[in-house]
Formats: sequence, structure tokens, C-alpha cells
Amino acid sequence: MGEELKVKKIENGIVLDHLPCGTAPDIMKILGVDDETKETISILMNVPSSMYKKKDIIKIEGKEFEDIMVDKIALLAPGATVNIIKDFAVIEKRKIRIPDVIDVVKCPNPSCITNQKEPIKPKLLVEFTKPLKVRCFYCERVFSEQDVMEKM
Amino acid sequence: MNKTDIISTRNMKRDFIEDILKRTKKMEPIAEAKKQVDILEGKTLATLFFEPSTRTKLSFMAAMNLLGGTIIGFDDPRTSSVKKGETLADTIRVVEGYANAIVMRHPNEGAAALAAKFSKVPIINGGDGSNQHPTQALLDLYTIIKEKGTLDGLEVTLAGDLKYGRTVHSLAYALSKFDASLVFSSPPSLRMPEWIVADIKAAGTPVKEINNIEVQSDVLYLTRIQKERFPDIEEYQKVASAYVLDGDAMEKLGKETMIMHPLPRVNEISAEVDKDKRAKYFIQSFYGVPTRMALLAMVMTDR
Repeated sequence: MGEELKVKKIENGIVLDHLPCGTAPDIMKILGVDDETKETISILMNVPSSMYKKKDIIKIEGKEFEDIMVDKIALLAPGATVNIIKDFAVIEKRKIRIPDVIDVVKCPNPSCITNQKEPIKPKLLVEFTKPLKVRCFYCERVFSEQDVMEKM
Repeated sequence: MNKTDIISTRNMKRDFIEDILKRTKKMEPIAEAKKQVDILEGKTLATLFFEPSTRTKLSFMAAMNLLGGTIIGFDDPRTSSVKKGETLADTIRVVEGYANAIVMRHPNEGAAALAAKFSKVPIINGGDGSNQHPTQALLDLYTIIKEKGTLDGLEVTLAGDLKYGRTVHSLAYALSKFDASLVFSSPPSLRMPEWIVADIKAAGTPVKEINNIEVQSDVLYLTRIQKERFPDIEEYQKVASAYVLDGDAMEKLGKETMIMHPLPRVNEISAEVDKDKRAKYFIQSFYGVPTRMALLAMVMTDR
């Protein structure tokens, strides 16, 4: 498959692989990529994949694993992997999974105390991953995947 | 941090609830005689009412007085530092320095859980938005036990505004810890939130949904349907009339069906019902005192 890729290998950085087809643009938003971004970024979409038939890939030169909001990416692309690249070689592969507690997405209930001006992070407890079902620790309401995605 | 907060009936275990009900029974003679004891002498309760309350606040005050403790607090946030934009987290961290426990009512869901996170002293939820009102549910359970002798094997109909009504949310969760079956009766636009129905069913409690109050259940728990919930007055009148208990409606109600209401009622129970032996809402209201005495003694002294 390597021959099919028309994008160069990166020297140091990360590769987000096995992203469900079509999710790359939304994940770019989570990564905060805009015209101010210094790093070179390659996006591949509709790449043949054994897992999804087709997948998206994002390569980011010079980024560390810690730089990316992996919990947020996990919501869009559970099961994706992050390959950490040093000197053109994959030195580590990390599978992205949905965390037990999501604190990177606001509670979808506008009247929840976490959406007022209080010094706390949201705390959405994951009750199911497929399909995603979360319960706000504070207001106790339960939300679907769609509710959560709208808050991304 | 070793403290007991009373935040939500959803996470309460049956044993815990039964313990509170036993403690309530012991408090009842003190509440009836209005005789002061000294269990909470030297203790202070702060009552923070960010939303108006009559029964909850007064019964907590009565309970604290009967146990020999003192009360501080506010019931108008406009006169407090909240008006100046203080966060709830800050208010709590200030007030905990003045009191041994805090009772709080707040318009936002989750406020009590937030307060419990920041407070070193126990927090008792006196109502958080449309989420929970656990002390009301505990006194409701106590009332049912007093009148029916048990909670197990009963059918309880919760009727009226089941969407925004925090009392019915708390009571539904509390009853789901026992072998009761539940009937939810409401207009379609005010149905019990689907996640609560799912939680209750997942607890193994049989649930039925209907849209009238002509029931034969052991208990009919009626709540007020507010005009503000409807886009126009005609729609409200059409819907709300099905949830009014008057002489005619009483004829269609089960002969042993006890009638409960968290009060205040407006017009959903007519005055003629008050003298009916099935009407239990005033004694229910009284049981708020021993229940809250039990809770205060438990969280402040473990006695």
C-alpha cells in the first residue's frame, strides 16, 4: 500500500491512522489547525483500508503525542491509532480509546451547573461506548453520541 | 473526605434509605411533641436558598430548632454576594467556615453535586433545578410506609409534570430501590425524561405510562402542571384539566388509593378532597420535619 501513498514519510511527529473515512476535516478542527499553524500537515482521505474499507490519515510533522487532544479525537475516531515517528521510523503505536470520563466536551444541558461560570471541568461519565452514551456526573442527565458530537 | 452528602436518590442504596426511615421514626415523637432535645446543640445549619422555598426551608428550620441547633442563611440571592457575581464554588467555601452542614436549593441542575465537591461540610440538596429533591422523596417514602405499612408490592402513580418535576424524579428513583411498580401519568409534552424511564426499568421496576388519573394504584402522587410550560393558555387548560382531582375525579379513583402531593397545590386538588380519608398531603407535609431531623442528625453527628 506504501506505493499508493503519494505523501512523503515524515521525519519526526505523529501520524493519526485508521481514522474513519470522512472524519479528517473534523479532526483537523480538533487539532486546531489553521493558517497560523507552523507544522507541515498531510491529509489523506479515502485511503483503502482493511479495517473500514476506506480510511483517513493525518500526518503532522513536529507534533508530540501530548500536543493533541486525544480524548476528543477518540470520540470521533474510536479505534484509531497514533503512530509516533522519530527519524522516519514508527517508534510507538498508541490505540485511541474513548476514556471512562470525558472532560473535554461541555455538558449538553445548558442549565447544568458546569455550564455556568464555575471553576470546574465538565465530567461526562461514559456508560456505553457503542453507541456512545454518557451521563453528566453533575446534572445526572444521559446524552447520546449525537448530543455529545454537537458540543464538540 | 469522610462526610455524608444527600445529593440524589439515584445513587442511594436501599439499606441507606431504610436506615434514614428508621431514624425518622425515632424523631417523630420529638417532632409531634415539639419538644426540644439537645442532639445538635452547638451546631449550625446554613440554609442557602437561591430559589424560593417555603416548606423545605421551614421544615429544615423547624427540624434544626427541635434538635437544639442554630440556623443561618439567606433565601433571597439578590441580597447576597451572589448578586455581585460570586461563583457557587466560592459561596460554598465561605459558608462552610460558618456552619456544620449546608442545605441548598439552586436553579441549576448539578449545583448540589458541585457544592459537595467544594464543601468540607455535608451538603443536603434542597432541590437542584429540575434534577432532584431527595429529602422530599425520603419524606414521601416515610409517608407511604406510615400509611401503607410497606413500600414493597405497591403500585405508585406519579402524575402531572413529570418532565420538570424534581420531586417525582427523586421519588421514582427512590421507589426503584424497592419492589414497587410505577405508573407515569402526564401530558405528552411533560413525560418523564427518557433517561429516567430507562434507569428505572434497568433497576427492574415495572413501568407503565398513561395520561389520566383514573387509577386504582395504592398511591396517586399528583404534581402541579405549570402554565409557563405551555405555549398558550388554551393548550394548558385543555391538558391540565385531566390532572385535576375534584369530587367527580375522586369517584373514579381507587377506594384505597392514598393521595399525595408535594405542595403547594394551586387548583389541581380541590378543597372538597381535603376531608376525604384518602387525602394524605398535609400529614405528608408534616413528615418533612422528622425526616429532616433524621437527616440533620445523621450528617452532623451520625446519631
